[in-house]
Amino acid sequence: MKTGIVTFPGSNCDDDVYDSLMRSGGFELTKLWHKDTPELSDYKLIVLPGGFSYGDYLRCGAMAARSPIMEKVIEFAKRGGLVIGICNGFQILCESGLLPGALARNLSLNFICKDIKVTVETSKTPWTQTIEARSTLNLPIAHGEGRYIISEEDYQELIKNEQVVLTYQDNPNGSTHQIAGLCNKEKNVFGLMPHPERASDLRSKDGLKIWQSLKSFLGQQS
Amino acid sequence: MSTQITDVSPSNQNLAQRLGISLTEYQHICQNLERVPNYAELSIFSAMFSEHCSYKSSKKFLKRFPTTGKRVLQGPGENAGVLDIGSGWAIAFKMESHNHPSFIEPYQGAATGMGGILRDVFTMGARPAASMNSLCFGTMDFDRTQSIVKGVVKGIGDYGNCVGVPTLAGQTLFHSCYNRNPLVNAFTLGIVKANQIFRGFAEGIGNAVIYVGAKTGRDGVHGATMASKEFSTDKELERPTVQVGDPFTEKLLLEATLEAMKEQLVIGIQDMGAAGLTSSSFEMAHRAKTGLEIDLDKIPARESGMAAFELLLSESQERMLLVTTPEKVAPLKEIFKKWDLHAEVIGKVVSGNRVKMTKQRQVVVDLPVELVTEPLLANRASSPPVDLKQRWFLDRNRMLVATLQSKFQSLIEELNFANCEPLITQYDSMVGNRTVGGSQDDAGVIRVREMGEKEVRLALKTDCNPRVTWLWPREGGRRAVSECAINLAVRGAEPIGITDCLNFGSPENPEVIWQFEESIEGISEACQALKIPVVSGNVSFYNDTDGKPVYPTPMIGMVGIIEDKLPLPHSNFYSTQLELALIGPVEGGLGGSLMASSWFKRECGQPEETDLALLDRMLKFLQRLRKKKITYAAHDISDGGLLCSVLEMAFHSPYDCTGVDLHIPSGCDLDRFLFGETIPRIIVAYDSVERGDIENLASQAGVVFTHLGQTNDSSIFAVKQGGAQVLSSKLPDLKSAWNQKWKKFFK
Repeated sequence: MKTGIVTFPGSNCDDDVYDSLMRSGGFELTKLWHKDTPELSDYKLIVLPGGFSYGDYLRCGAMAARSPIMEKVIEFAKRGGLVIGICNGFQILCESGLLPGALARNLSLNFICKDIKVTVETSKTPWTQTIEARSTLNLPIAHGEGRYIISEEDYQELIKNEQVVLTYQDNPNGSTHQIAGLCNKEKNVFGLMPHPERASDLRSKDGLKIWQSLKSFLGQQS
Repeated sequence: MSTQITDVSPSNQNLAQRLGISLTEYQHICQNLERVPNYAELSIFSAMFSEHCSYKSSKKFLKRFPTTGKRVLQGPGENAGVLDIGSGWAIAFKMESHNHPSFIEPYQGAATGMGGILRDVFTMGARPAASMNSLCFGTMDFDRTQSIVKGVVKGIGDYGNCVGVPTLAGQTLFHSCYNRNPLVNAFTLGIVKANQIFRGFAEGIGNAVIYVGAKTGRDGVHGATMASKEFSTDKELERPTVQVGDPFTEKLLLEATLEAMKEQLVIGIQDMGAAGLTSSSFEMAHRAKTGLEIDLDKIPARESGMAAFELLLSESQERMLLVTTPEKVAPLKEIFKKWDLHAEVIGKVVSGNRVKMTKQRQVVVDLPVELVTEPLLANRASSPPVDLKQRWFLDRNRMLVATLQSKFQSLIEELNFANCEPLITQYDSMVGNRTVGGSQDDAGVIRVREMGEKEVRLALKTDCNPRVTWLWPREGGRRAVSECAINLAVRGAEPIGITDCLNFGSPENPEVIWQFEESIEGISEACQALKIPVVSGNVSFYNDTDGKPVYPTPMIGMVGIIEDKLPLPHSNFYSTQLELALIGPVEGGLGGSLMASSWFKRECGQPEETDLALLDRMLKFLQRLRKKKITYAAHDISDGGLLCSVLEMAFHSPYDCTGVDLHIPSGCDLDRFLFGETIPRIIVAYDSVERGDIENLASQAGVVFTHLGQTNDSSIFAVKQGGAQVLSSKLPDLKSAWNQKWKKFFK
């Protein structure tokens, strides 16, 4: 499964994602550079990793969303390609319009790093199809701007389309309706604040469940 | 008058003095140069002869440290020390202070401290893998403490989090001696291939000298040495001396530098830290016994019209000096361009032993390297405090008449007995996918994932007990090392090396020099007994608050290795059906204890000497216990004695209902048993079926085993003596008070 991991200037979880997908096995990994515009049609999965792309200048993810490679990623997503954005990657997905809503400063105004529990809201996505709905995942978070905000009207739309994938059990940052992760209407683009790549073999292995689900989904396709 | 001074103005004695150069030093310079140095040159001497850069008061004492061992690949004197961890891999680590800037501007002071230590590590070719911080703050009744705490923690977090290096355990303490002089000591460890270590050598005649990273501004000029009012009328010099950090640039610099190293495009490299371009250029030439020619007009400057002395002394952040062969210049520049960074050739390596610098084709600096890098050592007077014996008096009677409940209450209200979670959750402790054990345990643990199948784990800890060090510096030194070693050992690690950050008052104060000398003796004694080498370090003098030196604070950073694949021992009550035992002396000394300070509102008593032979046996006991492959928890007894250690193990229990029954052994002194802080004492908790085995192991190792009690599900903390209950308290209430203490800092 050809997988591209994008490195923006300031990405700092690109190696972690690489390490985690390697440990999971079955992914053929390539690092992609933000200044390049490669042809992505033979890729099965694109990962936008966490970090502080462009130093979080302007707004988190705002500059990265307009980098050369993102034109290709947006094109890839619009054709139905699988794209996952983790933490800063989630911010980039919102900034580039691939996902609705936005991410704002945590309510406490402090950076928060800890292991937390999230509930899987739906199994009807490529990202969670082998995970039981309403089950709990232990995943770490590490962010200063992870408070997901969305209008009530747009939230109703998310609910109607079953786009909310993960919710916090003990809302750490003040996100609207405890949203920790969501996908687009078509379910091929997934953004989440928790770091599944940091839960592959240390402290928790629940991050692997997301990679497993992906492998199963892609296996059915081929 | 000052405005007329230019780079090439001849200097004089008065000017030298204003730049902090003594008459003897000035005469030494003139004699060796056979002329008077000009102003730019004098500025170089002023920076390089400063205590901060020259170690002129400390050098002769530091020689006493043991610095060799089978794992040592690089000892003190480089950007960081390096130890072999096997299978072709090594670790580079160091600790540094950023105390004064963190008082003046807590956020930037702490942030740039992080930046500096990270660069020290990646200039060695190592990828930073973990950081720790030792923070000493003033007390809450000092009005600036809260903003200093908040600023420092945010500064560390914003910098380290952005660069993507996890911040693990560390140490945080509060004492009024740090009110106007907080200590911010940052430690970083990086991973490097043992055969790809880079050093600060300007080697190879004809090689290019390259400036990389951020542009040079006026920030930090004369930061360390200049305190003269005369210059304050000059507007150009009124800029703040605290530098501003940019973690984003640091991240790019880190990646570009490591990429250039991987492509074998680097011969020598050094961070532009204190005294910026001056120290990096002279030190690199010094190590390689070469000379340099530098064209100051080539330096990427942030502002126009900068004088040579400003370019030379600027402490602008995120800059490095590199040396490489002429044909590698183009590919090297290409890599830095890819990461959107400047890389400019500013000079070349030449034969001889002089550094020559030109500006607008005029020679502004022409100095022999050794004259700059080998300053005259300062011969400082040393004398013990006259009131040492008074400090050692502890009024036991006043403690004995008090009720246990009142003493217990006084201890648990201590600000220094608190949950550090509100602070550490602001640091990304997990980035890098290496963090095995968290910041809340005795020591942080990471894995070296680069090693693949041969992966080892490393345990890291920083420690110092300033109360003890003030009362008895030699014991303070011994104890800082011993405490770290015990903390690593309870996590299952074998200590392999040390870095230090020695924070003291003014070296012109004979009492401070005595403290310094004695602490170093203590550290050396412990290192020798435990066979742990010192591989890097830093000295920070002139830490005075309200005219008084801070408590001597020789901070130790220690690294341990875990080569087996066994699970880590617990450090909490992982079950409500455990038996507890004390390993080590039944009673501990009250001199210098947190209990004594809390009760008498001052430090008092003579701390009991650490029995280093016993400590060595204790470390062996812990290693053998680990090899038993049984499940157990182990936790060190330090601040607040056995009582606080038991409480910490209970607070970290996953079960809210955890309760503890503690039995006081017959015939022992209650205060000394519960609150004493002699090293080494540890608590182990285990399933009762293991008791016989553990007791046997202890007796074989020659350490005392004392049954302490058990955990239960009553959520009550109870202390019993001969069947009678002498203390009882609800654990959830105690825990909630312990949780709340530091939250107020971050509201």
